[in-house]
Amino acid sequence: MAKKESTLTNMLIALMVITIVSGGVLGFIYGLTKPAIDKVEENKNIKAINEVLKTDVAIATTESVVIEDLTYNLAYDAEGNFIGAAVKTYSKNGFGGKIELMVGMLADGVINKVSVLSQAETPGLGANMVNEKWKSQFDGKDPKNFILKVKKDGGDVDAITAATISSRAVSEAVKRAADGFEANKDQFMKGGDNE
Amino acid sequence: MSNWKTFTKGLIKENPILVLLLGCCPTLATTTSAINGMSMGLATTFVLIMSNLVISLLKNFIPDKVRIPCFIVVIASFVTVVQLVMQAYVPDIYETLGLFIPLIVVNCIVLGRAEAFASKNPVWPSILDGAGMGLGFTFALTILGSIREILGSGSIFNWRFLPEDAQTILVFVLAPGAFIALGYLIAIVNRLKRTK
Repeated sequence: MAKKESTLTNMLIALMVITIVSGGVLGFIYGLTKPAIDKVEENKNIKAINEVLKTDVAIATTESVVIEDLTYNLAYDAEGNFIGAAVKTYSKNGFGGKIELMVGMLADGVINKVSVLSQAETPGLGANMVNEKWKSQFDGKDPKNFILKVKKDGGDVDAITAATISSRAVSEAVKRAADGFEANKDQFMKGGDNE
Repeated sequence: MSNWKTFTKGLIKENPILVLLLGCCPTLATTTSAINGMSMGLATTFVLIMSNLVISLLKNFIPDKVRIPCFIVVIASFVTVVQLVMQAYVPDIYETLGLFIPLIVVNCIVLGRAEAFASKNPVWPSILDGAGMGLGFTFALTILGSIREILGSGSIFNWRFLPEDAQTILVFVLAPGAFIALGYLIAIVNRLKRTK
């Protein structure tokens, strides 16, 4: 190793060749895995949308709208009536960073169901937010008379034992979705008629 | 040193975690369950083998003064490959390991083996060295992950053997439990080595 003399030219050449080759290889692998990665993301989204908007009415068409920083996946039944929206929402205040949720909001403003898209909370504590038992407390609640804050902060959400921060973050994310949906609801309903 | 010895020294005698105490950050952080520990270990093993192979091939081409940047570029490329492949085909594991996959780049075992072994040895022994060290790392992480999962979650490889509402020793899933478990593990290994 030490045998190789270091001159400006050979250092430049060595670094340049190595970086160019690795760049090329990475580009190739990226192209190779891109379709699979996109599919994973898409499947996850579709699964979550269908899960949180599950009602007696079957979803016929969906449509995505991005307003500010939230994505609204609007669902319509076979006659073009607006069923509700699966709102992709987030909170940056999780114990382990950002958490992403899909919140199903029905046309009458009621939360249908909540699904966790991604979270990095502590296993055994905050990560229990994915448990049906806990997150089902949001099901069928109307944000107008169900305060989306943990009980410690004067709200109606039961926090996960020993994971108040995670519970707070989920409440915040759900509230963000509910508020955003409420503000744009009228527009969504009109959107259905135009189709 | 024979090829066989080159391979086996990483497993027990110079086990990166239990004896050399290298790469403790990912060890402590990712071993919340047996499967996480094992996945992290295998990802690192792949990077170790590939970077040792490439660096050994390039050792006469890389000038001495820029060897560290060259090694890092090679290692970082393989880490990115692992990251992309895991994201595409094992998304669940990718999500739990999260940040720690890109952090394999700065794992001192990988750079340490490149500097101490691959840059001075032919290709074949370098591959064996990478494989041995990687498997030793995987072994240590799987054991540690299993201990923490059994005590902390009452399950092993995601198979729960305790009833759903049974109390477990939660601290073992958290960061302090990682230190406690690793400490005891190293103590046991040292004791075993002394009696030999």
